[in-house]
Amino acid sequence: MPYRARFGRKMECVSLPPLSNFAICGGTHGNELTGVYILREMQKHNVEKVGSVSITTVLSNPRAVDACRRYTDRDLNRCFTDDLLSSPITESTPYELRRAQELNAHLGPKGSEEAVDLLCDMHNTTSNMGLCIIFNSADWLILHICKYLQSKITSMPVRALQMDLPLSEAFSVDSLGKHGFSFEIGPQPHGVLRADVFNTMKEAVDLTIEWLQQFNSGRTFEGGEVEAYTRWKTVHYPRDPTTDEITAAIHPQLQDNDFKLLQPGDPIFLSLSGETVKHEGDALYPVFVNECAYYEQKIAYHLTQKSTLTLPSINVKKD
Amino acid sequence: MSSYSSSARFDEARRVAIFGGTHGNEMSGVTLVNLWVKNGSEIQRKMVDTKPFITNPRAVEKCTRYVDTDLNRAFTPENLSALGEGDLPYEVQRAQEINRIFGPKGSPEAYDVIFDLHNTTSNMGCTLILESSKDYFNLQMMNYIKKAIDPASCLVLLNEHPLLKYSTSRSVAKHPVGLEVGPQPQGVLRSNIFEAMRVILKHALDFIELFNEGVEFPTCTVEVFRVLERIDYPRDANGNIIAMVHPNLQDGDWEPLNPGDPMFLTFDGKTLHYQGSGTIYPTFINEAAYYEKQQAFVTTRRETLVASAIRKA
Repeated sequence: MPYRARFGRKMECVSLPPLSNFAICGGTHGNELTGVYILREMQKHNVEKVGSVSITTVLSNPRAVDACRRYTDRDLNRCFTDDLLSSPITESTPYELRRAQELNAHLGPKGSEEAVDLLCDMHNTTSNMGLCIIFNSADWLILHICKYLQSKITSMPVRALQMDLPLSEAFSVDSLGKHGFSFEIGPQPHGVLRADVFNTMKEAVDLTIEWLQQFNSGRTFEGGEVEAYTRWKTVHYPRDPTTDEITAAIHPQLQDNDFKLLQPGDPIFLSLSGETVKHEGDALYPVFVNECAYYEQKIAYHLTQKSTLTLPSINVKKD
Repeated sequence: MSSYSSSARFDEARRVAIFGGTHGNEMSGVTLVNLWVKNGSEIQRKMVDTKPFITNPRAVEKCTRYVDTDLNRAFTPENLSALGEGDLPYEVQRAQEINRIFGPKGSPEAYDVIFDLHNTTSNMGCTLILESSKDYFNLQMMNYIKKAIDPASCLVLLNEHPLLKYSTSRSVAKHPVGLEVGPQPQGVLRSNIFEAMRVILKHALDFIELFNEGVEFPTCTVEVFRVLERIDYPRDANGNIIAMVHPNLQDGDWEPLNPGDPMFLTFDGKTLHYQGSGTIYPTFINEAAYYEKQQAFVTTRRETLVASAIRKA
C-alpha cells in the first residue's frame, strides 16, 4: 500500500514488510538495448538469489527484441491498465496485449498480495535525461531507493520523475509490482549499446539489490528530502494544419537541456523555415525532449513541476 | 596563372538530384527533401535542374531503415537487371525504378550529380563520401565545400575498397556524392544536424553553378580518409556480441587509434585493445544500423589526393 509523502513535519520512523522478491525487466521496448544486455548478462551468470532477495529476470517483449523494434503491434508499456489487463483475448488480440496479460500472471496480478514485491524496468531514451527513476506514486520505499542511488552514483545526474496516476490507470509494466519503478537512461540512440550507459544501468541495478539486502537485514535508512519532478503537461510539435506533418524541430537552445528550467520567452522550436517559437505560460522543467518514440504521437516533450518531498526514516518490520 | 591546356574537362553538370530517405529513419534528408519538393526555390541555381527525390517512400512512411532489404546496397548489376517485377523485394524494384529515372547507371544519359543524404548515430560530424579517388569533379567540389564552411569542418571519407565498397543509390550518377551527418539517433530530427546538412548542400550547389558558368578551378589537394577494413564486435559461438565499444573509443571518430589503445569493453569490465600494426583513424563507430552488418567501426588511413584543374568542356 502506498505511503504518501507529506511536506514539512518531522516524521516517525516507518516500519515496512521485508522485500524478498525483486523482478528486473528489460526489452520492454525491443530497441532499448541496455536492459536487453543487462538481462542477458544476469541470465548468463544465473543471478537468482542475492542474500535475502530472490531475483527474477524477465525479457518483457522477446518478439520486439528479436526485430530490434520498439514493439510489434502496439507499445507493450502502455498495456497494463486495469481495463487492458482484463480485456478478453481473441485470435485477433495484438501480441503485446497478450504478452501484458502473461506478464501480469507471472509477476502480478497487479494490485494483489501475490504480486512481486519490487519490479524494476530498464529503459533508454534519446533525450539527455541522465539516469531518471520513474515511478507512479510517491512511495517511501522507492523514494529511499532514489535517495540511495543519488548518493552513490556520480557518472551522471540521477533524478526522480513522478507520473501520479491512479493505480487502475497506471499503464506501464512496473505497475505490476507492489512497488515498481523504471530506470530511464539517456541519451542513447535506439538500437545502439553504449558502454557508459550500460555501466551506469548495471551500477543502478546492483545498488538497488544492495539497498534491498541492507533493508531486509534491519538497517534503518535515515529520512530526509528528495527532489522529484511531477509530470504537468505535454507539448506537441507545431504541425501543418492540412497534412498534420511536423513543421519545426526542437530549438537548439532547448535540445539536450532536459531538466533545465524553461522560462516564458525561452525558445522551444525552430521551424523549418527559420522562425523561432517561444515558451509561454509558467516556468516549468522539460523532460523527454526530442524522444524518438514520441514522434508517433507528435509529442515534443513533457513539462514538469519540481517539488521537495520529505521522507521519514524507514526500516524493516520485525516479526 | 591559367592552365587551360592541363585542365580536365567535364561536361556541364546540368542534371542534379538530391536523394533523401534512402534510409527511411534518417530524418535530416527526409525532412529537407520533403521541404524542397514543396518549395524548391532554395535549391534552384542558374542552368541547373535540381530534382529533390524521396528514394524509399515505404521505409520513410514506416520510419524504418528499409522494408525488405537495404536500398543503399541494392544497386548491383544483378539487381538492376533482375526479372520478376512485383515478386522482387521492394527495394530491388525501387532500385530499378531509380535507375530508370536517374540512370541508366554507367550510361551517358545518367544524371550528372546525385547527392544522397544520410545520418549516422556515430559522432562523425559532417562527412562527404567519395567513391573514386579519380573523380576530380567531386574532389574539386569537396575542396570548395570544405573551404566555404571553414572554420567548421567537413571531412572526406573515400570508400574505394574493392570488397567493402557497395552499390549505393547515388552510384547511378556520373558523380555520386554521399553526405553523412551525425550524431543523430534514427527517427530523430536534430535542428543543428539538419541545418549543417542544409549549409553543405547550399555550397555544393553554388559550386555546380560556378562550374557551369565556366569558372576554372585550379589544381588542389584534398585530405581524405581511405577505408581500410571493417572491425566487428567480438562475438560468442552463437553470434552474440560479448563486448561493447570501449568508452575511450566511443564518440572518437576520426581520432587516431594506436596499437594498444582500448577498443572494446566486455560486459564484465575487461578491456580489449587494438592489435593492428599501425595507427588508424576509426569512423562509423557504433552506428546502429551496422550491428546486423557485423561492423563496430571501420578503419581508415589519411591520404592527400591531388585533383587536377577542372573546367567545363
